[in-house]
Amino acid sequence: MGVFITILGLLVFAFFAPWIHRIAKSYTGWLFALIPASGFAYFISLLPAINAGGVVQYSIEWFPALDTSLSFYIDGLSLLMGLLITGIGSFILIFAQGYLHKHMLQGRFFSYLLVFMAAMLGVVTSDNLILLFVFWELTSISSYMLIGYYHGNEDARRKALQALLVTGLGGVALLAGVIMLGLASESWTVSALLNGSFSAAEHAWYPYILVLVLLGAFTKSAQFPFHFWLPNAMAGPAPVSAYLHSATMVKAGVFLLARLNPALGDTMSWTMALCGFGMVTMLWGAINGLLQTDLKSILAYTTLSVLGMLTMLLGIGTDYAMKSALIFLLGHALYKATLFMTAGSVDHESGTRDVKILGGLRAVMPITAFAAGLAALSKSGFPPFFGFLGKEYVYKAGSYLDQFAPIILIAAVLTNIILMSLALKAGVHPYWGKLNKENYPKSPHEAPLSMYLGPVVLAVTGLLIGMFPGQLVTPLLSPAASAVAGHPVDIGISLWHGFNLPLLLSILTLAGGLTLFALRRRIWYEWSQRIKPPFTFDDLYMACFNGFVAVAKWQTRLLQSGYLRRYLLITFTASLVLISYKLSLFGGIPDNFDLWSANFIEWATAIIIISSLIVIVKTQSRMTALLAMGVTGFGVAIVFILYGAPDVAITQILVETLTLVLFMLVIYRLPAFRKLSGVKTRIFDGIFSVSVGLIITLLVLKAQNLDIAPTISGQFGEWSYLEAKGRNVVNVILVDFRALDTLGEIVVVGIAALGIFALVLKGKGENS
Amino acid sequence: MSTLIAIIIGALVAAGVYCLLRRSLMKLVIGIALLGQAVNLLVFSANGLKSANPPLIEASAKTLAEGTADPLPQALVLTAIVIGFGLISFSLALMGVTYQKTGHDDIDALTNTDT
Repeated sequence: MGVFITILGLLVFAFFAPWIHRIAKSYTGWLFALIPASGFAYFISLLPAINAGGVVQYSIEWFPALDTSLSFYIDGLSLLMGLLITGIGSFILIFAQGYLHKHMLQGRFFSYLLVFMAAMLGVVTSDNLILLFVFWELTSISSYMLIGYYHGNEDARRKALQALLVTGLGGVALLAGVIMLGLASESWTVSALLNGSFSAAEHAWYPYILVLVLLGAFTKSAQFPFHFWLPNAMAGPAPVSAYLHSATMVKAGVFLLARLNPALGDTMSWTMALCGFGMVTMLWGAINGLLQTDLKSILAYTTLSVLGMLTMLLGIGTDYAMKSALIFLLGHALYKATLFMTAGSVDHESGTRDVKILGGLRAVMPITAFAAGLAALSKSGFPPFFGFLGKEYVYKAGSYLDQFAPIILIAAVLTNIILMSLALKAGVHPYWGKLNKENYPKSPHEAPLSMYLGPVVLAVTGLLIGMFPGQLVTPLLSPAASAVAGHPVDIGISLWHGFNLPLLLSILTLAGGLTLFALRRRIWYEWSQRIKPPFTFDDLYMACFNGFVAVAKWQTRLLQSGYLRRYLLITFTASLVLISYKLSLFGGIPDNFDLWSANFIEWATAIIIISSLIVIVKTQSRMTALLAMGVTGFGVAIVFILYGAPDVAITQILVETLTLVLFMLVIYRLPAFRKLSGVKTRIFDGIFSVSVGLIITLLVLKAQNLDIAPTISGQFGEWSYLEAKGRNVVNVILVDFRALDTLGEIVVVGIAALGIFALVLKGKGENS
Repeated sequence: MSTLIAIIIGALVAAGVYCLLRRSLMKLVIGIALLGQAVNLLVFSANGLKSANPPLIEASAKTLAEGTADPLPQALVLTAIVIGFGLISFSLALMGVTYQKTGHDDIDALTNTDT
């Protein structure tokens, strides 16, 4: 219930955000922060129950006919994510208040952010699979708005669209995967997938489900080769990067993998895919991050690297790996949000994010420097910070493996060394050293309370839970790890485990990281210039994007030429092909040719109609064409008379006469017929139209042979007099049984009359 | 007759399509009219043409006797004829105004939306 109210509250406030902002002005962020904060309090209140092994479920009917309900399911994993989303979210709202202070569209920004928050909460707490997908897509859409917040900037728009298209592509795949999962498990709830009654790995669809779900998760969590959108998404304002691209949205993919681990995991293909892509992303992000000189880019690439590591850990799939993934996820959320916010503060107060210029800000921004320093130390894995634990457990997870242990350990150590040096670059380098005020675009000064509150609180939290993991983290992470593993997992976390391989690796990491940090200037000034990749994945994306646009243009030009003739040819050709196909299904050319049973009058009628048609086609005189058309119409009327339809025949004769009169009225306003098209065109059109006619003839012959559905005409004949008191069955059908059709017909004729009236008026009005 | 009807319908369609493909506005409207006739006949004969007796209930009977024509296609065709008339009259008015405004009766000259 509490989750539903929180989500609803966020959405309602999102709707009114711009107006509230007009009244609350510089208190808006503080005010809005109360909503996620109360959600946070709610999640905390669930902690004892969930720690005792329980789950919270709540459901409201939505589309019962489609098995889709607003149902929520909170276990340890949802709780952990919910706490991160609401806790960090509160500080982000406050930070955004300061960061975008006096920005014209700040109210709108709050609106997007609240929608995103609601969507994220929905993703992590949905029980219904369709509901999960709806929230998943909502995160993509709201993040598009957030990344493209500086919409005056063309580059920001392009990058926002890129994020939307890449994650949207994954969203479509996920939808297909979720539907297949729902059909395969015959239940549309997450809880049913988790209770062990359905084993996806044994289902025939498992490979498809796996690929589709992984596509969704990998695009969202920016796994290689979809990683390129994440660094580009830094085009958004700092609060967006701090929230979406460190703590929440990119973690949605990881969350999905963790969520579905009990249902889909524990197979060879799952392990290989997650470990493989995760490891490549991890190394790719770390190595690319080394070359960056923009504060936010450095953080973006480290995030990429961490996402890769989390995916890899989930792929390993042992209890230890689950534990370390969750420890890492929590620690990373805390310090990365801090670092993104302090990077935003530095940018905001000093005017630059270029690490080549930055340095010595500690003197003017002491509080920001304090928070950033704590976060960087946690991130780089110094004991007793929480980040140390994260790293330590990654090594533990790796060293307990039988296969692949060396590969995973080497990759992890290498990544951690680089990540550590990057952490120091982002959290220590800008604040220490000599302050050269003249280098800065504007005179640097301390950020306001709204902008350092979040970083300080989050960074101190990182320190505290690292010092007292048993008391603060175990009750939270144990149920989460159990939820991911699918069976109870005990997390006994402590700082000191004695001398062993993980500790040794941690020490190696610290030494390597410090060395790499010391070499940072050489990397920026020398290596960055020298290393030029032959192509970037962003280029590849652009090539695909432009390709799509070109194909769309080409086929639009082809189909939407603007020439009526071409539209008609396409339409009739398509009809021809489809009708021929259908005919072939029903046994090909019909065999009921029977020309000789027709009597003299029937032959005469046919000859009259067909010869007048030839006249219409051949003649160059408008008058002759019209008269021939009249003859055709009357010929059709004779057919009606011959086959027992006097009413129809009378109508046909009246309408045909009226039509002729109308034609006469218009005909002399137009020029005489000319031979507009060439001989070749006419021959082609002749062959084309004769083949259309031929196919229709075959269709009619075939239709006469078939008796697909029983006719309802007998009923009309029975009821006509008894029920409707009419002896002319056709009339009774028109005015009684199918009176609504007749009403529709009258309306159509009325509208046509109005249209003609308007056209004639328009014609007259502009002439005079 | 059923084979003959099929041929008549095919001929109407062929002539209609041929007229639609011409560049003259006038031929276009004639094409629409011919296609309309073809479809009316198609509906009329869809359930086979079985009898020449109109579907009227005899004064002495309470229900329709066996061996009369099918009343349902007739009702449908009646509606279709009238709607077809509405369509043709509107097309004629549109054609007249189009020529008056643009000075063209050549459809290929009407690829511009700004006149």
